[in-house]
Amino acid sequence: MSDSHDILLRAEGVTMRFGGVTAVSDMSLAIPRGSIVGVIGPNGAGKTTLFNVLSGFYTPQEGQVVFGGKSIKGLAPYRVCRLGIARTFQNIRLSAQMSVLENVMVGCHVRRRCPWWMAPLGLPMYYREEEAIREKALRLVERLDLLAYKDEKACSLPYGAQRRLEIARALATEPKMLLLDEPAAGMNPQESLDLMHFIGHIRDEFGLTILLIEHDMKVVMGVCRHIWVMEYGSLIAEGDPDAIRRNPEVIRAYLGDEVNNA
Amino acid sequence: MRFNLTTLGNILLILLVGGGLWLVERHELIGDYQIYIVKLIFINAILALSLNLIYGFTGLFSLGHAGFMAIGAYVGALCTLLPEQKEMMWILDPIIWPFSVLHTPFWVAVLAGGVVAMLFAVVIAVPVLRLGDDYLGIATLGFAEIIRVFIVNMSSVTNGSLGIKGIPAEATLLTCYVWMIITLIVLARLLFGNFGNVLRCIRDNEIAANVMGINVFNYKVLSFCLGAFFAGVGGALLGSHLSTIDPKMFNFLLTFNVLMFVVAGGLGSLTGSLLGAGIITILLEWLRAIEEPMDFGLFEIPGIPGMRMVVFSLILLLIILFRREGIMGTRELTWKSLRRLGRKKA
Amino acid sequence: MTLEMFFQHCFNALTLGSLYALIAIGYTMVYGILRLINFAHGDILMVGAYFVFFGTFAYGWPWGLAAILAIVGASVIGVAIERVAYRPLRDAPRISALISAIAVSFFIESLAVVVFSGQPRPVLQPEWLISEWQLGQVRIPTLTAFVPAMTAILVAVLLFVVYKTKPGLAMRAISKDIETTRLMGVRVDNIIAFTFCIGSALAAASGIMWALRYPQVHPYMGIMPGLKAFIAAVFGGIGSIQGAVIGGLALGFVEIMTVAFLPELSGYRDAFAFILLVLVLVIKPTGLLGERMEEKI
Repeated sequence: MSDSHDILLRAEGVTMRFGGVTAVSDMSLAIPRGSIVGVIGPNGAGKTTLFNVLSGFYTPQEGQVVFGGKSIKGLAPYRVCRLGIARTFQNIRLSAQMSVLENVMVGCHVRRRCPWWMAPLGLPMYYREEEAIREKALRLVERLDLLAYKDEKACSLPYGAQRRLEIARALATEPKMLLLDEPAAGMNPQESLDLMHFIGHIRDEFGLTILLIEHDMKVVMGVCRHIWVMEYGSLIAEGDPDAIRRNPEVIRAYLGDEVNNA
Repeated sequence: MRFNLTTLGNILLILLVGGGLWLVERHELIGDYQIYIVKLIFINAILALSLNLIYGFTGLFSLGHAGFMAIGAYVGALCTLLPEQKEMMWILDPIIWPFSVLHTPFWVAVLAGGVVAMLFAVVIAVPVLRLGDDYLGIATLGFAEIIRVFIVNMSSVTNGSLGIKGIPAEATLLTCYVWMIITLIVLARLLFGNFGNVLRCIRDNEIAANVMGINVFNYKVLSFCLGAFFAGVGGALLGSHLSTIDPKMFNFLLTFNVLMFVVAGGLGSLTGSLLGAGIITILLEWLRAIEEPMDFGLFEIPGIPGMRMVVFSLILLLIILFRREGIMGTRELTWKSLRRLGRKKA
Repeated sequence: MTLEMFFQHCFNALTLGSLYALIAIGYTMVYGILRLINFAHGDILMVGAYFVFFGTFAYGWPWGLAAILAIVGASVIGVAIERVAYRPLRDAPRISALISAIAVSFFIESLAVVVFSGQPRPVLQPEWLISEWQLGQVRIPTLTAFVPAMTAILVAVLLFVVYKTKPGLAMRAISKDIETTRLMGVRVDNIIAFTFCIGSALAAASGIMWALRYPQVHPYMGIMPGLKAFIAAVFGGIGSIQGAVIGGLALGFVEIMTVAFLPELSGYRDAFAFILLVLVLVIKPTGLLGERMEEKI
């Protein structure tokens, strides 16, 4: 992997326990700036828990999380977001009753400068910023192919569009790093393929570093430069896609059934 | 283009109604009872708008509105009563300084009512806003009850259970209207911008809001306190409007009434709250009729005391069972929607 | 304070606490299953008390018969409320059901005002309850001993039902996961109705004893005990029957003892429970015995 000063996000020895259950144990990873990397593993391997630790929902009992040279362990999710980590959710979390555009506008809110009390006073400065936010949100909506749904309620969108909306909203927070939790879940092979290209594009366009959790091996192998494999909360392998594909541990843990059936 | 046709229309409408009310009040074009009802509608609209901010837009199930109103009403009364009046009225315990000498203009009193209610809200918010929906409801209801208990017991400030009588009737028709318009404008400017989107996102999906970099707790506190401010304003106006206040008046039933305006009008719709407050206030007055004896010529139905509340609660029950979204749902009545409606009819 | 007086207060606290406990059980069971604060629960208490009042006073029935009929009547009303006002809203947002509960509560209260009149009415205590027992220096009215004893019996029966019978098993299953329980072939609606029936019966029993203890009935008598009992349920850990009993007793002791030791605070008595509630929610939101319920991210 690249030199240490080019590492954007680093987790070291992260252990997360819930009562007696250890969901993640002694997990370490280092993600170079500008890369697309992935975490894979069977159901219940602790991938989403790891995401929740990285995005601030859980504070790990042991270990460190360093983002851009600063420890983010124990910071609340909204602070983590302000520092530049945005994420999506496996079970999509949108503001169901709001329109697509409004959802994205909420994402823009974190970078606004004018405080709330300027609104009742009717200061022009506030309204200029409101206008700018609306335009920024519109651009993102357009970029994510959601323009047709602009004024629809988020809950009325088809599944794939909801996933894109979540990404649009995450991009609106101007992140340095994007965590995608199973972005290809529920997609057909063609859609997954499109998604792979799309992830590459937004990385270049927005200057992102992307970490994704995936079930769909094709997506992960196709797009990720480095992969970590988890099982029962622990890291069992890491390396580039080819190494992972050949790793016997991984085949046993993750692909075992498929190999036997084939 | 901030200053467009819609804004112009809104300003014209506000001024027109204001001018009309001024004429009505000045030349006594309608009876005292009608003026009483219209004032009550304006005050109730303020209360409904403030609860809608807290509950309809931010999703905080607060049942403490009566408490904030009580604070506003008592602060307003203490500010507007003359020192001599207060000295005469406080029988249980003599009134303590500085309340004994306090005397301010009415608008200061109303503002003070709002500010003090807001200060209480800040204190309350920090422990209770960490709670989820129904727990929050019970905790805020509990706070409203605590405030009432304190009002009863702190007789050297509040005159205890005797209440305060003869509050100067300075809440004129126009004053109530102006305060309602102020409330409406402040809330509309906040809620129809991105601030409103943020609050509604917190209501719909707190975790999503959190991950968008929004300090959910701060925004909840802000919304709760703003709502409490306007509840205090409404309480101060109500005190002056009714001229008599006592701790019994600010019981859970009062919160229930306000909740009813909001639910009937539509949670998350400001214009809905105005409609809800108007319709339900008139309905409540109109329902007084069923408590009076009715004479049908051939036979006579004796008045049934208390029947009003039976019908009233039944209506709320029917609304929540069969039309949960209220009159407006989350939509707003705007010039645009009116035009669309007109076109559909034509 | 003399030792005798202290014991006197203890018995009073035990009695009040038992009454709270019986009401709190109804809240905790319904909340455990439906995640709903049954606001009308306190009014069931009032209805039960009125039934007994009319049974004994107007129709001259013996106390036992009137009490049993009142409990049956209150249970029927409790089940009817669930059927009419809560079941249609089971898939609606939880707050809708809560508003519905508030509406039902006001409906029952205002209907009671119309039907029974808003005036408080005195309740005639039967002879055998007025007598007193002498225990050394401590005098205990029979009622003060009767209430906790009755409560103990009712709670024992309830625990047997919940932990040793099939409907009880179904109840506990629903409180864990209603959908899975439905898929297991349990008639969820019937079990929920049964829960409301039990809760209402206990509330009515408490209401009857309440009416005997503070010998009067009035349409709003259920509000404060209801709210406080809910707080007791939260204190004990909502969803747990044992917790509700402990919470009820604890609240009874807090109220009686604070007033006993600090009489100057007696005017603030109604505020104690709510202050306790806020403290519990801030320090340990799950209560003493409650289970942790967290939203999965």
